[in-house]
Amino acid sequence: MAMLTYIEAINEGLRDEMRLDPTVFLLGEDIGAYGGAFKATKGLLEEFGADRVIDTVLAEGAIIGAATGSALAGLKPVAEMQFSDFVSNGFNQLVNVTAKYHYRNFIPVPMVVRLPSGGGIRGGPFHSANTEAWFFHTPGLKLVAPSTPYDAKGLIRAAIREPNPVLYFEYKYLYRHIKSEVPDGDYEVPIGAADIKRTGSDITVITYGTGVHWSLEAAETLSREGVEVEVLDLRTLMPFDRKAVLSSVEKTGKVLIVHEANLTGGVGAELSAFIGAEAFRHLDAPVRRLASPDTPVPYAPPLEDAFLPNAQKTAEALRSLAAY
Amino acid sequence: MATRVTTNKKSPPAGGRTRGSAGPAAAARTPNGSLAKSDLLALYRYMVLMREFEDTIIRLYTQGKIVGGAYTGNGNEATAVGSAYALSDGDYLFPMHRDMGAHFVRGQSVDNLMLMHLARKGSLTEGRDGTGHYTDRDLRIFGNISHLGAMLPVACGIGLAVKLRKERNVVMTYIGDGGSNVGEVHESLAMASAMRLPLVLVIENNQYAYSTPVSRQFIVERLSSRAAGYGIPGKTVDGTDVLAVYHACREAVARARAMRGPSIVESVTMRMHGHAAHDNAWYVPPKELAAWKRKDPIARFEKVLTGKGVLTAAMKKQLVAELRSGIEKSAAAALDLPYPPAEDALRGVFFEPPAR
Ligand SMILES: Cc1ncc(C[n+]2csc(CCOP(=O)(O)OP(=O)(O)O)c2C)c(N)n1
Ligand SMILES: [Mg+2]
Repeated sequence: MAMLTYIEAINEGLRDEMRLDPTVFLLGEDIGAYGGAFKATKGLLEEFGADRVIDTVLAEGAIIGAATGSALAGLKPVAEMQFSDFVSNGFNQLVNVTAKYHYRNFIPVPMVVRLPSGGGIRGGPFHSANTEAWFFHTPGLKLVAPSTPYDAKGLIRAAIREPNPVLYFEYKYLYRHIKSEVPDGDYEVPIGAADIKRTGSDITVITYGTGVHWSLEAAETLSREGVEVEVLDLRTLMPFDRKAVLSSVEKTGKVLIVHEANLTGGVGAELSAFIGAEAFRHLDAPVRRLASPDTPVPYAPPLEDAFLPNAQKTAEALRSLAAY
Repeated sequence: MATRVTTNKKSPPAGGRTRGSAGPAAAARTPNGSLAKSDLLALYRYMVLMREFEDTIIRLYTQGKIVGGAYTGNGNEATAVGSAYALSDGDYLFPMHRDMGAHFVRGQSVDNLMLMHLARKGSLTEGRDGTGHYTDRDLRIFGNISHLGAMLPVACGIGLAVKLRKERNVVMTYIGDGGSNVGEVHESLAMASAMRLPLVLVIENNQYAYSTPVSRQFIVERLSSRAAGYGIPGKTVDGTDVLAVYHACREAVARARAMRGPSIVESVTMRMHGHAAHDNAWYVPPKELAAWKRKDPIARFEKVLTGKGVLTAAMKKQLVAELRSGIEKSAAAALDLPYPPAEDALRGVFFEPPAR
C-alpha cells in the first residue's frame, strides 16, 4: 500500500502495465522527457525508452489514427490527449474509424485514449471540457471515468487489458487534490462495474468523476440533517452498470444524477430515461439532474464558480429531493 | 518491442499470401525492379481484370442488384495496378475507391469482392459494409472507409508498428486530388515524415472530385510539390502509363523499406466514368473526355506489349474470355447467396473475448 495522488496512481498504473506487457506503449504530445503537460507520464521515458514513450507531432487525428493502426497491428497503444478538449481534432478517427472497426471487420482494437478532463483549474472554454457525451452516443467505444486514486490505477490497467477501444476520462481537478491508499500489487477495477462509495437508504446519487467528491461531501451534510444518501460511482459510463443502478434505485426510490458535463444530452439524460423505463414503480420522486449549465466553460473565477456544480449545489438538490 | 499479436478470429498478419483468380500477386522480379515478361503480362492481366470486374459491377448496378452506389476506377487501372505491383510480400495496402486492381494485385479474390459489393452473407464484413471497405489481415489489405483521408492516420499506425518492431515492410496508401485537402492527410504526412515512417502516398489526380475540377481544389501545378513542405520526395508520373507508375512507386517503396521515410507519387490520369454509376458526369467537357480516351491505360499498355511481341491478339481474346467467365460465375454464385440474417445486425459492436 502506498498513499498516492490521483495522477500518481495513473502514472503507476501505466508503469505496471508497461512492465507486464511489452506491447504496451504510449504516444502523445510532450509525454516523453517533459513527462506530459500534467506529468502523468513522468519517469516513463527514462524507464522504457523512446520506442515505448513516444513524443508525437502535434496532430490529434494522426495520434488517434496511429494508435488505431498500431492496435490493429497487435500493439497496445495508450494515447494521451494533452487536454480532453483537443480530442475534437481527432473526433473523426474515433467515431468513424476506431469505433466502427470491430463491427465492420471483426478485428479487435485494443487501445486507450487518455483525456484530461474538466474544469476548476481556471482553464477557460478550451481547456476545461468534459467530452464524454460526444462518445457516449457512439457505439463501439468504452468509456471509463475514475474518481479516486484506487479506481484510477485499477481502471487504467483494465483499460489497457481491454481488447476494445477505451476512452479514459481523468480529472485535472483531482490530479493533486486527492490522495488515498493504493495497493502495490496487480489489481484491476473491472470495466462495467459501478461502486457504492457511500451507502444510504433515502436518496441515491448517481455520479462519476469530480461529481463523486461533491456528492460525498453533500451526503455528509445531509446526514447531519437526518437524510441518508447513497453515492453510486458509475466508474464506467459505457457500458454502465445497469444492475447497480437499478438495485440502488429500488432501495431508495429517489435519484439525483450529478455530473460536471453540461446538462442537455448528457450521460444523466440517458440514465434518467433508463431509470424511468426500468424502475418507474420504485420511484417516489422524479429523477433529478444536477449538471453544468448549457454554456461553454467560462474563464473568470466568479463565472466558472457559478458554472460548475459543487457540494453546496448538490446538497441543495438533495434537500429538495428529500422534501419531495 | 515484442511482436505479440492480439487475438483475432483470423490468423495474425501473415503477409502477402496470395490467393484469388488472377494469378500470383507478385511474380518473380529482378532485384533492381526491372520487369520480366511474366511481370508485364501480370500487370496487363490485373488491369484487364479490374476493368472487367468493374464493368460487371456497373451492369449489376443497372440491374438493381448492387446495394448502394457503384464506383469504378475506369481510367485508374494503371495507377492502381502499377503502384500495388511495386509492393512485396508482407507489405501493407490501404487502397481507395478507385483501386480495385490493387486489391487483386495483393491477392484478393474476385469472389470476396463480389460478395462485398452484393452485401451477401459470408462477405468479408458479413454485410456490414460494402465495396472495398473491408480489412483482410491475412492479405494485409486495409480497405478505405467513406471518409476520404481517414485511413491515412491508421496507415501511419501500421507504419509505426513496423518501425517499432524493426520489420522491413512498407505501407502503401492513396488519396484523390480532392481528398488530398483533408486535414488527416496533412496530419499523416506530418507524422510520417517526422517519424520517418515507411509510407508511400499515391495521389490519384484524376481531374475531378465528384463534380469539382482540380482547378477549384488547388492552385499548385503539381500535387507532388506538396511533398517539399514535408521535406520528402514527391514525383509526378503519367498515370496512364503502368510502367511509369510502377517504377516511380518502386523507388518510393525502396526508400520506405530502407526506413528513409515517406514519399509522394502523384499519378495523373482521368476519371473516365462519373463519380459513381448514378452520375453521368455532364459537367465534364466532352473534348476533355475524348482527349483522355485516347490515352486509355489498358489500350496504351496493350500497344506496348504487342509491340514487344509479348501479347498477341489471340492471347488477349483468351484472357478476356477467361476473366469474364470467372467474374460471371462469381457474380452468379454470389447472387445465389442470401443476405445476412436480420438478427445479425446487433452483433459485434465490441469484441467479446471467449470466456476465460
Ligand atoms: C470527408 C469526405 N467528404 C466528402 C465525401 C463525399 N465524396 C466521396 S468521393 C468525393 C470526391 C472525391 O474526389 P477525389 O478525392 O478527387 O477522388 P476521386 O473520387 O476523384 O477518385 C466526395 C466529395 C467523402 N466521402 N468524405
Ligand atoms: Mg479526383
